[in-house]
Amino acid sequence: MRPFDYQRAERLEHASQLAADADTLPLAGGTNLVDLMKLEVETPQTLVDISRLPLRSIAEEGAGLRIGALVTNTATAADPRVRADYPVLARAILAGASQQLRNRATTGGNLCQRTRCYYFTNIDQPCNKREPGSGCGAIEGIARIHAVLGTSPHCIATYPGDMAVALAALDARVEIARENGSSRSVPVRDFHRLPGDTPERDNVLEPGEIITAVTLPAPVGGTQLYRKVRERSSYAFALCSVAALVALEDNRFTRADLAFGGLAHKPWHDPRIAELLVGSEPSLALFDRAADLLLEGAQGYGENDFKIPLARRTLAAVLCEASGVGA
Amino acid sequence: MSVHLKQDRPDTRNVLDKTRQGVIGAPLPRPEGLLKTTGTATYAAEYAAEGCLEGVLVTVPVVRGAVTAIDEEQVRAMPGVVAVLSDKRMTGRPAQGMAGEAPFQPAQEVCYWGQPVALVVAQSFEQARDAAKRLVVECRGEDAPLDPAAVDAEESESTRQGDLAHAMAEAAHSVDITVTTEGHASAAMEPHAALAQWDGERLTVHASLQMLKFNRAELADSLGLEQDQVRLLSPYVGGGFGSKLGVSQEVVAAALAAMQLGRPVRVVMSRQQVFQVVERRSETHQRVRLAADAQGRLTGFGHEARVSNLPGESFAEPVLQSSHLLYAGDNRLLRLEVARIHRMTAGSVRAPGEAVGVQTVEQAMDMLAAKAGIDPVELRLRNLPDKHPENGKAFSSRKLAECLERGAAAFGWEERPRAPRHTREGEWWIGTGMASAARVHSVVEAKARVTLRPGGTALVETDMTDIGTGTYAILGQVAGEMLGLAPADIEVRLGDTELPPGSGSGGSVGAASCGSAVFLACEGLRRKLAERLGINSDDLTLKDGFVRWSGGEKALPELLGNAPLDCVGHFEPGDSTQDLAVSSFGAFFAEVAVNRWTGETRVRRMTGAFGFGRVLNARTARSQCLGGMTWCIGNALTESLLFDPVDGHLANCDLAEYHVPVNRDVPDCEVLLLEERDAAASPIQAKGVGELGLCGGAGAIANAIHDACGARVFAYPMTPDRVLAAMPEG
Ligand SMILES: Cc1cc2nc3c(=O)[nH]c(=O)nc-3n(C[C@H](O)[C@H](O)[C@H](O)COP(=O)(O)OP(=O)(O)OC[C@H]3O[C@@H](n4cnc5c(N)ncnc54)[C@H](O)[C@@H]3O)c2cc1C
Ligand code: SF4
Repeated sequence: MRPFDYQRAERLEHASQLAADADTLPLAGGTNLVDLMKLEVETPQTLVDISRLPLRSIAEEGAGLRIGALVTNTATAADPRVRADYPVLARAILAGASQQLRNRATTGGNLCQRTRCYYFTNIDQPCNKREPGSGCGAIEGIARIHAVLGTSPHCIATYPGDMAVALAALDARVEIARENGSSRSVPVRDFHRLPGDTPERDNVLEPGEIITAVTLPAPVGGTQLYRKVRERSSYAFALCSVAALVALEDNRFTRADLAFGGLAHKPWHDPRIAELLVGSEPSLALFDRAADLLLEGAQGYGENDFKIPLARRTLAAVLCEASGVGA
Repeated sequence: MSVHLKQDRPDTRNVLDKTRQGVIGAPLPRPEGLLKTTGTATYAAEYAAEGCLEGVLVTVPVVRGAVTAIDEEQVRAMPGVVAVLSDKRMTGRPAQGMAGEAPFQPAQEVCYWGQPVALVVAQSFEQARDAAKRLVVECRGEDAPLDPAAVDAEESESTRQGDLAHAMAEAAHSVDITVTTEGHASAAMEPHAALAQWDGERLTVHASLQMLKFNRAELADSLGLEQDQVRLLSPYVGGGFGSKLGVSQEVVAAALAAMQLGRPVRVVMSRQQVFQVVERRSETHQRVRLAADAQGRLTGFGHEARVSNLPGESFAEPVLQSSHLLYAGDNRLLRLEVARIHRMTAGSVRAPGEAVGVQTVEQAMDMLAAKAGIDPVELRLRNLPDKHPENGKAFSSRKLAECLERGAAAFGWEERPRAPRHTREGEWWIGTGMASAARVHSVVEAKARVTLRPGGTALVETDMTDIGTGTYAILGQVAGEMLGLAPADIEVRLGDTELPPGSGSGGSVGAASCGSAVFLACEGLRRKLAERLGINSDDLTLKDGFVRWSGGEKALPELLGNAPLDCVGHFEPGDSTQDLAVSSFGAFFAEVAVNRWTGETRVRRMTGAFGFGRVLNARTARSQCLGGMTWCIGNALTESLLFDPVDGHLANCDLAEYHVPVNRDVPDCEVLLLEERDAAASPIQAKGVGELGLCGGAGAIANAIHDACGARVFAYPMTPDRVLAAMPEG
């Protein structure tokens, strides 16, 4: 770990101003950032500790809910309104990390958590995300946990988180404070980026921008599932995950908002899947067609080829569970 | 006084069954348990030493080569940095278990990716860590073979008996499978750590080590010191699982720094370093062949394995160890070969050999049972050899048949044959499988001193370690049983080379070896007490602090008077097992659920039945078995060291990405301990149990996966992708 300066932000504007410096990073729960600093993957000159900013509440806003950036994952998952109206979010959070980590992990930090790519976390390896232009160690290497959708020749990393996959299915928005005191809001679906030729950028945050909250739209009811496939039953990142908001009437889908984790550099959402499903009768054949859309253009890198059939099967499993097909 | 026994004959006296205290075998809690659970037991890195400096190992990202230059000046100027060491005595590899001599030196000759070559010492850990990362080390790199399948291998061991190929050709039923297992990490919770102090003549090191008398010799030899100049202390060890059998790089580095700087120096490996530089279990490539007659009786048995290690290492994962004696079959071919590749040192990880060898045989047995239409339990019972199938020696004791039968009954084993995919609960296929367990037994030389103190309490002392296994508890129980004292009246001191040299913890030898040393010391004390009373020690009953004999009774303190009475027990293995096959046995039964969509496998329940001689403490023995069964789950489903094919580095080097089982992966496990007395194994009739619980159980899980969903998977760990690839559709 490199020595760094520590500043505690007393106000949001103060935090944004400090964070505008390219060598400054905001510190929330620290569960990802501090680990990466120990490995010297992150080498900020200054940490601005935002953990005492008043962004710790969950409040009703319009017909939806506003979850402050510093609300812990544990608090969000335990919130009665979240559990009642957005169970997919509670389920996704509880499928992630461990209780101890969730007690510290925050909404903003969780969205910004970095990839678990083995080459990214090892500074003796080439990695375009960590060191642009140095190459990608994973493409020819251990790519078991890597992406099959939206990859680029420069980076095949995944966004590893669970919470954001549920937020993408829910079509939540990320509220962002800017350095100049204004704010903007971005759909979660557009918050993370594909790697393209700038894999060093995980998401659309600009220097000086601080996440202040996530806003959830009005509850939609229906069946809400989060399905996470992994080797061990807890404390492991997703090989593939599906967040699903599904409703049926007269045996036809009236809602099928799906998002996928573990497959790409961002939570994957393809609007064509809902278009295909809504209005149709659930069947294995239909789920297969949905998977065809999802996996159009999917590319494996040897070790992770299995994710392509796995995603197809997980999608079918979730839709079967939600619709009762094959029960 | 001392009592020496070189055990040349079985000890059938069963003394511990005749003593009256009634503590031997009792499920007593560990005396140090409270300290550990409250965080007050002090581990190596936690000692305070005045003026202690902090050292951090510097590793190089080169798979083979030599260090040509180290730019010390640059980091010497950094705040807090006191020294940069690249002493030629630094060790590049850990010592193998019981080596007793310096491991590979100099560290600057690099043989695997991430080898430590230098040590940066600073005032604070943070300063040292920062400087260690910044230190520029120039290294002349060379290519090196990385893929064990791509190099020629040397034969390490082979047994040929009869004609296996012929037996296969003639067999009514035969099985021929090839199975792979990946490398494993010992993944002990406590990272490797050492705190060294040098007073100009003597070195004192708090370290996390399993076998102190060997470790002292290894360290002294590495440094060029006499053994009596070195004192090692390891009273508590937060798990070792083989990775702390020999001294590893941090111990030698800390000692050298302390000697050079004249100040205490602490070196603690990072989690990543632990994964990258201490011993791994080799990956294996195995072929098992079984030939049987129409009744399923084995006529041929073949087990061949390829493992790997660094050039110059004598250790080869002994995959075939129990294959030699587990099952019958006149025509036999067993062959082990080692590929020389450049990954970190391969060495003993808990249950070396059997931990990966038995499960593959057990998979083949399951397939044979299906082919022959015989119940898998019955097939095994039919194939238990009367004698060692290769050397004809009788078994000293073998509870395998009882383990199979009682385990099956306790588990509720349903007889086969039956077709897989018989039960589905929602998305999950449910199935069961079983396997035998076997682990060879041995004992080694050990000494212990037992002192009866005025007042009637006792002190047990040996340099033996407790690596979380329960040594404190069981040695106290042996002494308590022999001396008629409650365990609360016995103090056990361990983990200090100033104390009589025990066996150390490794290869499941500790309990039987050190337990025997304590037993011998107590026999000596009993004789002394009898002498004082002028009676024969057979006429002596010690119980609850009282001494009774046919002619009377006395309180122990009264008999002792004001002077302590001590005796050193010195146990040495002799010829008692020369004409016998000595091994621990057991059986595993597992129920799994396999997800029909995703191939995820979860173990739902497991039963293990084990016979390993005398049970010294039913609670700690059960814990060992439970831990072993937990390892079976990791071995079967999740654990795998991932090596980069391009430069050979270990990719998953922390506990987030190297997947040991978590609580939720470990279901209710039932452990049956079958009492047994093995007179040849040790004078306390005990064999080893520390490793038995993981020798074969992964095979029970593999067989259960097949019974559940029809997938025969031949690669461990059986991750969702592998299960899916082998699973029939539908
Ligand atoms: C062993 C382990 C297992 C894990 N398993 C899972 C899992 O299965 N699923 C899962 O989803 N996650 C998992 N995690 C990741 C965990 O969820 C994240 O570490 C956590 O959510 C990060 O939150 P934090 O508040 O600690 O962030 P920090 O570590 O404080 O910050 C992370 C990043 O976000 C930035 N940041 C923080 N807050 C803001 C803000 N308000 N605005 C802008 N930038 C900000 C920081 O600068 C930093 O770059 C695991 C982590 C570990 C260590
Ligand atoms: S996949 Fe991306 S993060 Fe991983 S090594 Fe390649 S560039 Fe780096």
